[in-house]
Amino acid sequence: MKRGLDGPAPEERPTPAGRRNKQGIRIDPEVEATHDPRRTVISALVKHEPGVLSDVSGLFSRRQFNIESLTVGPTEDEERARITVVVEEPDPGIDQIKKQLRKLVPVISVRELEPDAMRRELALVKVSADRPDQVAAVAEMYGGKTVDSCPETATIEITGARQKIEAAVETFSQFGIREISRTGLTALARGTDETAAPSSAGVAADEMNRQDEHPHTQTADDD
Amino acid sequence: MSERAAKVTPTEADEQDDDQITDSAAPDAATDDTESATATTPTPVTNGAQSVVRALENAGVEYAFGVQGGAIMPVYDALYDSEIYHVTMAHEQAAAHAADAYGIVSGEPGICLATSGPGATNLVTGIADADMDSDPLVALTGQVPTEFVGNDAFQETDTTGVTKPVTKDNTFASDSDRVGTDVSEAFALAREGRPGPTLVDLPKDVTNGETETEPDEPKTPDTYHVQERADAEIVAAAAERLENAARPVMLLGGGVIKGEASEACREFAIEHEIPVVTTMPGIGAFPEDHELSMEMAGMHGTGFANMAITHCDTMLAIGTRFDDRLTGGIETFAPDAEIIHIDIDPAEISKNIYADYPLVGDAETVVDQLSAAVETSPEAKKWRAQCQQWKSDYSMAYDAPEDEPVQPEFVVEALDEATADDTIVTTGVGQHQMWACQYWTYTEPRTWVSSHGLGTMGYGLPAAIGARLAADDDQDVVCIDGDGSFLMTLQELSVAVRENLDITVAVLNNEYIGMVRQWQDAFFEGRHSASDYHWMPEFDKLAEAFGAAGFRIDDYDDVAETIEAAIDYDGPSVIDVHIDPEANVYPMVPSGGDNGQFALTEDQL
Ligand SMILES: Cc1ncc(C[n+]2csc(CCOP(=O)(O)OP(=O)(O)O)c2C)c(N)n1
Ligand SMILES: [Mg+2]
Repeated sequence: MKRGLDGPAPEERPTPAGRRNKQGIRIDPEVEATHDPRRTVISALVKHEPGVLSDVSGLFSRRQFNIESLTVGPTEDEERARITVVVEEPDPGIDQIKKQLRKLVPVISVRELEPDAMRRELALVKVSADRPDQVAAVAEMYGGKTVDSCPETATIEITGARQKIEAAVETFSQFGIREISRTGLTALARGTDETAAPSSAGVAADEMNRQDEHPHTQTADDD
Repeated sequence: MSERAAKVTPTEADEQDDDQITDSAAPDAATDDTESATATTPTPVTNGAQSVVRALENAGVEYAFGVQGGAIMPVYDALYDSEIYHVTMAHEQAAAHAADAYGIVSGEPGICLATSGPGATNLVTGIADADMDSDPLVALTGQVPTEFVGNDAFQETDTTGVTKPVTKDNTFASDSDRVGTDVSEAFALAREGRPGPTLVDLPKDVTNGETETEPDEPKTPDTYHVQERADAEIVAAAAERLENAARPVMLLGGGVIKGEASEACREFAIEHEIPVVTTMPGIGAFPEDHELSMEMAGMHGTGFANMAITHCDTMLAIGTRFDDRLTGGIETFAPDAEIIHIDIDPAEISKNIYADYPLVGDAETVVDQLSAAVETSPEAKKWRAQCQQWKSDYSMAYDAPEDEPVQPEFVVEALDEATADDTIVTTGVGQHQMWACQYWTYTEPRTWVSSHGLGTMGYGLPAAIGARLAADDDQDVVCIDGDGSFLMTLQELSVAVRENLDITVAVLNNEYIGMVRQWQDAFFEGRHSASDYHWMPEFDKLAEAFGAAGFRIDDYDDVAETIEAAIDYDGPSVIDVHIDPEANVYPMVPSGGDNGQFALTEDQL
């Protein structure tokens, strides 16, 4: 007996002219439009309750979003905490991150910060103290502070944007770095611009409708 | 509602006795007045567990599905005095599937209960299934007393941790005064917006703890926002696009049914004469016997549906998440189409397929908005003729020679023939599920109950139990199952027999996990590694051992008569249908393939 169904075979069928890229965006078949990942800072205001950090970190691992750092801390309101995430994704991925974060019930509001937002990170760098004067000089150069010293080691606290910390670490490496601990980035929007404000329903609705135009060329640099 | 309550037989007598005991002053025959008085002033709660049950009662819950156990005992004790009818299942997985199906058919969250540890972990498959299909479900799990949590106590599992990724939201109850409200909130969250499963983990000290606090009414937390109406400007732009479409298609997903938008979509499609394709969960959103229906698209969708979505220039997609089983390879999905995407979940917009017109909102509301905005129908006469042509070019007609083993398509059609239009179909997962999609003609929403996103074998029978309790009494419930799938949860026949549930299970028995066998033949050189199930029991006899009616079909001659007898049987029946073990499902788009290049035979793969 005949197995299968009748009908024109695949090669006998008309084929459409168009094509989409991997992100589901229609493209000119001649040119491969790719979306390069960009680094950006997303700030979320969340309910300060047990489990919310694992909700957020679980979301990132489950959906394979690339994150560079994630920090959390209390805010002026003891019932709310702020989570700051540095992500590196193409635009559609960044869009998804924001939307998925907003879906978590304990998340109050989410926003991607402008490139000019204030971004800071704190690092504790413990180096060998064979050359204490030079260590102190480098610390000063980066506006750092010696927070601990003993005959063998000196520990310097440095605050700043990521690039500054990286430059400082690079310079300190000449003394022999024993240990480093970095907090990851925290950030706030500038001036009267609110970082991630408790949204009224209207704002939330507006955020829901908005979707970034693709392709997106903006890049976010550290200050 | 009252007809459903009428089916509640086993404990009715007990409840009446209880009433008389608690209300000893009342005369033998309670008058309507005293009945409504007791209904409006329920006895105050005294502990957390009673508050949990009160929250369910306030939410209008009529049924709960579950299995008893140490940590959940306080809740079961509170249920003992409740009007809520508890259906004891043989396995917690089945409790979750039954609750899931109850939610699909009724539109209200289904409730399942389990104890801590293994009870909770047994629920997980069913919860994950509900999560993938956005089915409203509330799971209540017992937990070891708070002071033992974290100590690896007996039957302790981090249930909120385990279920976090597969729930819409979950909560660890920490306060007897608040636990009832936790449950109310979980109920509201399961139902509102994009539905989904929620879970409340209930430590025994919290449920046993004294409280007089009545739970709040079901209400979502204030951080939860649902947008009902779409942005008017985008609606206007989308309307204009539709008016100018030359090759429009509507793609209806499960969200259409959940959003009660089937009627609005039907009217829209018919008014503007737009061909309609559905996803698998969208089956029933549009009558498949209508000439505009192109039926289901995707991996095993009809050839004509896949041609239509591949060649359309405008796609109005409603309540779908563009799952890979629907889209095939993203690169070749509706590559010429501008997409108008309506969804209540903003995260579904442009997740897999970029939406040119993103419309966030409730499906029915937004379809109404769009309907008001569209002034002229698209001029698509040629396109409609093309779609009709595809319907005949790629007809689903199959061969069924008398002298060959029974073909599964014939059995599905015979079942459809033997039952009314509003019959509910549940399935397992595999080839039989696909034949059930393809060869049954669905005409009404909430009649197709299946495991789509998770693809859970064993879903069919417990789902039929849940669907039966949610369905109207005069609706038939048929489970089209596979031998492998049925074997995974057939212990639930004991429940169907105990509750005398009128369901018919038709096992399309190919003595294979056939879908795997089909892939092995196509992609693994016919090496049947672990897919040959010649060791299947005789399902008709097994059914009889459970106390259900058992039937068997071997030949075409038996089909109609046996199906009729099984459907007519008042109670659970099982038909062991021995089908052609070599039968395959076509059309087929291989994973990640081009929908327009679907194979009609194995050599086209
Ligand atoms: C719980 C579970 N385990 C394994 C699978 C993988 N799987 C998908 S279809 C299938 C075959 C199902 O066999 P059967 O129920 O007999 O259906 P048939 O394909 O033969 O109609 C299997 C094993 C699954 N979907 N679910
Ligand atoms: Mg089988």
